Amino acid sequence: MTTTWETVVGLEVHVQLATASKMFCGCSTTFGEAPNTNVCPVCLGLPGALPVPNEQAIRLATRAALALECTVHETSVFARKNYFYPDLPKGYQISQFDQPLATGGVLRCESPDRGPLAVGITRLHVEEDAGKSLHDRFPGLTAVDLNRAGVPLAEIVSEPDLRSPAEARAYLTAIRQLLVFAGISDCSMEKGSLRVDANLSVRPMGQTTLGTRTEVKNMNSFANVERALEAERARQIALIEGGGRVQQVSLLFNAATGEVRPMRSKEDSHDYRYFPDPDLPPLIVTQAWIEGERSALPELPDAMRARLASQYGLSAYDAGVLSGEVAIARYFEAVVAAGAEAKASANWIMGEALTDWNVLERFPVNPGIMAGLIALVANGTVSHQAGRKVYTELSARGGDPLAVAQHLGLVQVRDESALETWVDEVLAACPAEVGRFKGGEAKLMGFLTGQVMRRSGGKADPKGIQVVLVRKLS
Amino acid sequence: MTPSTVAVQTAERLTAAAGLNATLDWSPELLATEATAAEAIGAGALHGMALAVKDNIVTAEQPTTCASKILEGYQSPFTATAVNRLRAAGGMVACKANLDEFAMGSSTEHSAYGRVLHPMNPDLVPGGSSGGSAALVAAGVVPAALGSETGGSVRQPASFCGIVGVKPSYGLVSRWGLVAFGSSLDCISVFGDTVARSARVLEAISGHDPQDATTFEREPLAPFVPRTDLKGLRVGLPKEYFPDDLDPAIRAGCNRTIALLRELGAELVEVSLPHTAYAVPTYYVLNPAEAAANLARFDGVRYGARRVGLAGDLRALYQATRGQGFGPEVRRRILVGTYVLSAGYYDAYYARAQQVRRHLALDFQNAFAAGVDLLFTPTTPSTAFAAGANTGDPVAMYLADVFVCAVSLAGLPALSIPIGRDQGLPIGGQLIAPFMQDGAMLAAADVMERHLDATGEVR
Repeated sequence: MTTTWETVVGLEVHVQLATASKMFCGCSTTFGEAPNTNVCPVCLGLPGALPVPNEQAIRLATRAALALECTVHETSVFARKNYFYPDLPKGYQISQFDQPLATGGVLRCESPDRGPLAVGITRLHVEEDAGKSLHDRFPGLTAVDLNRAGVPLAEIVSEPDLRSPAEARAYLTAIRQLLVFAGISDCSMEKGSLRVDANLSVRPMGQTTLGTRTEVKNMNSFANVERALEAERARQIALIEGGGRVQQVSLLFNAATGEVRPMRSKEDSHDYRYFPDPDLPPLIVTQAWIEGERSALPELPDAMRARLASQYGLSAYDAGVLSGEVAIARYFEAVVAAGAEAKASANWIMGEALTDWNVLERFPVNPGIMAGLIALVANGTVSHQAGRKVYTELSARGGDPLAVAQHLGLVQVRDESALETWVDEVLAACPAEVGRFKGGEAKLMGFLTGQVMRRSGGKADPKGIQVVLVRKLS
Repeated sequence: MTPSTVAVQTAERLTAAAGLNATLDWSPELLATEATAAEAIGAGALHGMALAVKDNIVTAEQPTTCASKILEGYQSPFTATAVNRLRAAGGMVACKANLDEFAMGSSTEHSAYGRVLHPMNPDLVPGGSSGGSAALVAAGVVPAALGSETGGSVRQPASFCGIVGVKPSYGLVSRWGLVAFGSSLDCISVFGDTVARSARVLEAISGHDPQDATTFEREPLAPFVPRTDLKGLRVGLPKEYFPDDLDPAIRAGCNRTIALLRELGAELVEVSLPHTAYAVPTYYVLNPAEAAANLARFDGVRYGARRVGLAGDLRALYQATRGQGFGPEVRRRILVGTYVLSAGYYDAYYARAQQVRRHLALDFQNAFAAGVDLLFTPTTPSTAFAAGANTGDPVAMYLADVFVCAVSLAGLPALSIPIGRDQGLPIGGQLIAPFMQDGAMLAAADVMERHLDATGEVR
């Protein structure tokens, strides 16, 4: 009998807190500057320099914790995590260890297999980032860029509540959405402002104790997290079924080959020797301050989805798409506020505007113009089909919707004599179909309407065509 | 005297005192520049005062070596807050002063640039780790100097050299620019030829610094209110600091001082600090732990001397740079510190030591809460010892700090003043005050100083 295996996944997510300056000094956090320009004695770890915490970073981390329904602790402690590496200027990273900022939260997301999930959040703590080692910049040498050293991060650790690589991806999508909504991080994996380490183990279905886990690192997209975990799951199952045992190791994912390989033991043999950082007094936040941050939280994704559905009468699907990002929801609400009907606005945004958004990361047609276009279609001035052409033009070059429709000759023709001319031409060209229609094949009305539309070059008003056709054929 | 005149005369004295090996970087030209700046400032609490600065305090004008080969050629791009404040008050940096490497030691024998000689007898040590600063003040080269304390590194050499040494409350003086050794213990501290002068220097450099999170909400030290006697003051004598086997000369010096305190109107009471015996072992767990982390940055990657190592890889770089760059005492502390923080040993050493540290602090709190204003003790168990006497025995060296360590662990203010001599060598007495009562302590020491026969033989 073959064993059915259950997969157990827990995730550690590092997000860069969206501050202007670093965690313990005044240096800029701007991405993409010339190497080693955003640096000072503190983040270079020069002798005699001391860290001073960035209040905005603590604020954002607190909001993240509250958005994740964590308990924020009035006292937390910065600790030194000791290890040697050239991109770690002080020889230790300032982090938090046994007294983190927050513990015990939950992230809600949708499992592809199990439906709505509430994934436990073990802890959230604040720390500084290391610099970046560049091994491919100079042949045979390693270059170190310390612009990122000292950038503030929140590390968010989940419980081992996820049961598949796909659920891991759903969790990541949801947590990114939440953190972006709350203004905590831009969560860009490309810029390194969101990084994921995943812990995975397998066990026979029904077993309650956890199997030995491994940690998978070096995944640069959510899709690759899923791929890496699938590869690691397959590796573990094959290992166990072959009579082997899983070793607790760290593995690196190779996106090119789709494989995971164990890190060299040297890379993984750290005893971090954590101890409280004597340069930093315990971090104290009052309950009143925490409540202030709670009330400063913007509307979060779940609440927004529910509100869009009820306030605008949208389907759960539409409300979900429109609340995917704050900017999309804002745009939708602005289009409706400019006078467009809600369901039509949702359709137009999901059908047309989101294509632009995905490419441009902005909406090129302003909400008032968009509402004008939707009105032109709704009142029959242009067909839906023609409306899409008008949208394309508005998106590319701007302008007034009606003027653009006229300029492109897309305003529907309702003039009776023009319609009659096209109808007569079609009836003359299709005697067989006319005969069958008169013989009782009513469905040929659609064919004939289409022929007239084609002859008009798409400009004829479909309702007008029908009126004329019915009169001519009766 | 104008700052320029002071600068010229200081340079002459520094040259004359070269044999002490107490100075590291200095030059008459730099001193002249300091004088020009001081003249531009005009008046100021330290107007025209030339001070030696221990070379673990960074200045942008001179190299900072920490008396270690690993920082050979290191030039800080910034200046310590304490030095900026000295200068703002009209003071001048006379020189960088020699020290035990990274301030680790009690004799200033552990310097990559050679040992410092005691000004009264070249065969003796001046104490340490701030031995260079102490020797320069004792020799009359400068009237005051900055040192640093982690566990007695100013009080102990002040005692050996017969001068005043003041360790302020932890957090009263910014550590910005003090090369970190034991961060929870480190205090920039002051040597002076008198209590009043030491107080003036401390007042100038103290107070909140936005660049040091451990100085938050600390007001600068106010000038102390001079007193004519010690009436109304209760001075505690911790019995653990006067053991039966205390050196007879030290005991005689203390007894003489206790008699004087009584004459001046103080009430003397015996108190107990029951955890005193654990102070040195506790200190030598916590201090190396912090030191091991603080010294991790000296890796040869970004600054200082870099040695590549035979294998040519990263590990070899670390091993060669740190193995050859640090002296034996520094290596010993890093090894001990790494060990006590290691997985499996943390609870037995570091965590336990932190608990004991709280008990040591509570001992003091209880004594003060019982109505004692100050404590009086000997500063050191002996007068200055011979060079080489303890270098082969680290524990014997550590025990030179037996009366000064507990205060550092508790973060309290304390000072050493000369209370007499034994066979010509100075004996120091220690006053310890409650947290942030630095001013009251200085006022009491000031009265004592005026009445003590500091250079007379105690027996």
